[in-house]
Amino acid sequence: MTASDHSEDEPRDGPELDGDELDLVLSQTWGDKPGLWGWLCTVDHKKVGKRYIVTAMIFMALGGVLALMMRLQLARPDSGLISADRYNQIFTMHGTTMMFLFAVPVMEAFGVYLVPLMVGTRAISFPRLNAFSYWLYLAGGVMLWIAFVRDVGPDIGWFAYTPLSGPAYSPGKRADFWAQMITFTEVAALAVAVELVATILKQRAPGMRLDRIPLFVWSMLVTAFMVIFSMPAVTLASSFLLSDRLVGTQFYNGTEGGSALLWQHLFWFFGHPEVYIIFLPGLGFVSAITETFCKRPIFAYPVMVAALVTTGLLAFGLWVHHMFATGLPRLGYAFFTAASMSIAVPSGVQIFCWIATIWDSRPRLEIPMWWVIGFIITFVIGGLTGVMVASVPLDLELHDTYFVVAHFHYTLIGGAVFPLLGAITYWFPKITGRMMGRPLGIAAFVLVFFGFHLTFMTMHFTGLMGMPRRVYTYPAGLGWDALNMTSTIGAFILASGVLVFVVNIIWSLRRGVPAGDNPWGAASLEWATTSPPRPYNFAHIPAVTSHTPLWEETLPVFSGLRVKERELVLTTVVDAVPDLRDPSPRPSIWPLLSALATTGMFIWSIFSPWALVWGAIPIAIAMTLWFWPKEPPEPEKEPVIE
Amino acid sequence: MSISRTFTGDLAVLPTHAFGARSLTWWGVIAYMLIEGGGFAVAGGAYFYLMSQESVWPPASYPPDLLPGALFTLIILLSEIPNTLLKKAAEAEQREQAIRWIVTLDLIGLVLLVIRGFEFAHINVRWSDNAYGSILWALLILHTIHILTDWAESVVLTALMMTEHGKEPRRFVDVSEDALYWRFVWITWLPIFALLYLVPRFV
Repeated sequence: MTASDHSEDEPRDGPELDGDELDLVLSQTWGDKPGLWGWLCTVDHKKVGKRYIVTAMIFMALGGVLALMMRLQLARPDSGLISADRYNQIFTMHGTTMMFLFAVPVMEAFGVYLVPLMVGTRAISFPRLNAFSYWLYLAGGVMLWIAFVRDVGPDIGWFAYTPLSGPAYSPGKRADFWAQMITFTEVAALAVAVELVATILKQRAPGMRLDRIPLFVWSMLVTAFMVIFSMPAVTLASSFLLSDRLVGTQFYNGTEGGSALLWQHLFWFFGHPEVYIIFLPGLGFVSAITETFCKRPIFAYPVMVAALVTTGLLAFGLWVHHMFATGLPRLGYAFFTAASMSIAVPSGVQIFCWIATIWDSRPRLEIPMWWVIGFIITFVIGGLTGVMVASVPLDLELHDTYFVVAHFHYTLIGGAVFPLLGAITYWFPKITGRMMGRPLGIAAFVLVFFGFHLTFMTMHFTGLMGMPRRVYTYPAGLGWDALNMTSTIGAFILASGVLVFVVNIIWSLRRGVPAGDNPWGAASLEWATTSPPRPYNFAHIPAVTSHTPLWEETLPVFSGLRVKERELVLTTVVDAVPDLRDPSPRPSIWPLLSALATTGMFIWSIFSPWALVWGAIPIAIAMTLWFWPKEPPEPEKEPVIE
Repeated sequence: MSISRTFTGDLAVLPTHAFGARSLTWWGVIAYMLIEGGGFAVAGGAYFYLMSQESVWPPASYPPDLLPGALFTLIILLSEIPNTLLKKAAEAEQREQAIRWIVTLDLIGLVLLVIRGFEFAHINVRWSDNAYGSILWALLILHTIHILTDWAESVVLTALMMTEHGKEPRRFVDVSEDALYWRFVWITWLPIFALLYLVPRFV
């Protein structure tokens, strides 16, 4: 051991080590090995986040193709394009893909990419767990789609009600692939939630007190807690379903003391918060975009935070409104109607705060802002129909009709996908270093916005005319023909808009105008570093003195982190006072191998319960090697995680 | 950078490890406790939901025999004594003491797993008999998975403590969090014990 190995003499960032020299050292420390090996081993939250985003967008495209197939089938009455059996698989795969493989993962993916940058730290917490979660998510999605292509796709609807999904009515393995996909994606989502909570609470830049956290980060924090509290319910529910189907347990079998409604309770205890898990990050996007293009802090920041937290709490008191048609005690109806209507309050508060922010400024109408305006219009309509179906008499009338289909597409596409497309346009320059093109951006917005409303506004009327959802065809002369044709035309306009959006991304990747660090003049920390950010995110850890740090005159920074080892700073939970220097793990192949071992066990356990025993052994070995230090320790030396 | 930059402080003076809520590991462990505790709570909710479907509980069998469950409970409660000593030794960074108590806990874990086997043998219902049987087996298996995973983790940690890596201060943080997690494992056992052994007897 030489003298330079002693911690006192180790190089650290600061006035003496700055600029290109610092970049060289930090890039060595935080970068990945070149080539395939480096690609497989990376634990960089930006690379993993990008993979998550791209994978989720591919699943969205696949789910969109399924939607177009359904619209083609329904365009005309008595259509024989798709068989009833195939149609059942298609609508199940559409919902499952959009909810579990696109919407939740893409929101968490943006959290994975952006949160460490926005709170001013070098890496996400538990980065190897992050890599593990991505591989597991990928494996679960690929498994489900391979099953679908081989005609073993689930055909039980995206919420897989028992007894239809149980052993008596769904022989074969279709329902099992659905249930095991749940296990994959929930384990992945829970891992990301844990990382985000720890990153947001412990790794914020010094001075970023709770009241200075960007609203997007607040929305991800609330979302992560909702994931933590809701997803165990669905994981348990689907495990019960698998064991009913595989080893003959009786959880959902009414003749042996089980209950089909137990499934509905467990599923919706997760399923309703799920909607908010998708849509709270969307609200965070909207706040970030609105603040930047209005060039002023969001109106009533504390109220906005309170509204996010309230929404998160109330979301757990609504699940039974999905079950009004199953028959409930009178008090149950009253309680869940009141709870469902009350959630309109925090949502409304936020809408008014955004409107006030826009009102009190001169908004620049860049493309992300168009999406925000599209969001406000669409989401308000979706929220209003939500208040309508929260009342029991209306719900009983509209239950399982296209009115409900219209309602939730307004909330989910309007509330989450519009902000997402805005967010992609907004952060594209940070992620890629180039701006997205404006003409194609406008074209995409116009096509998506009008295509969407043509498709789904029409469906309200189709539903009021009595058309049930999930029918694979319908006879002529019920008054549904023209409405369905209109929706189909709208769907293709919407899809062409998405296509233009994708073309714009590909074009902009090559030809987009170079962006610079902060092309929009935004206030939050991710814009304080280069576009795209270096592997270490920030040369020096920023010190935050306000809610909008980049709109201050200076951005003070801290020196003193070791640069030859991966090191970051932990701060206190409330006031973000610097507290510890903490090592961050180096790249490793073991998260991937652990994910492969886990995948093996999950898929095997669809066919045999013994997989839980024998399949656990490779996982235990892989995870032990994941955590085991790889090099002998050196006394006196400060900690590293190899 | 476009705006000017000044150095406002130096992080080099900060320590590089700490116990409890100051460490990142603690937050990870707490978050996983919330997830797993949530899972137990939902399973408990399912238990009462299924119970409400029946007029008698258990529907057609005897409750599980009390002896193995009571013995398991007694030993897991007593295990908190070495567990507290382990946590204290870890936080005082006393390696020899820590190794002594973690080995003790590994052995207790083995004993508990053997008794757990007897619990399964004396549960007096098959998982496939009825929903009562299903939920009993589910609760017991869920908790056994926690005993098993924590035991495996402790054994790996024991091995690590006995190597040169056991001298690193951060290893003591790991041991301390491991002891914290064991508390979670035995505390969650108490309501499950009540659901398995007491509710079918006395309610």
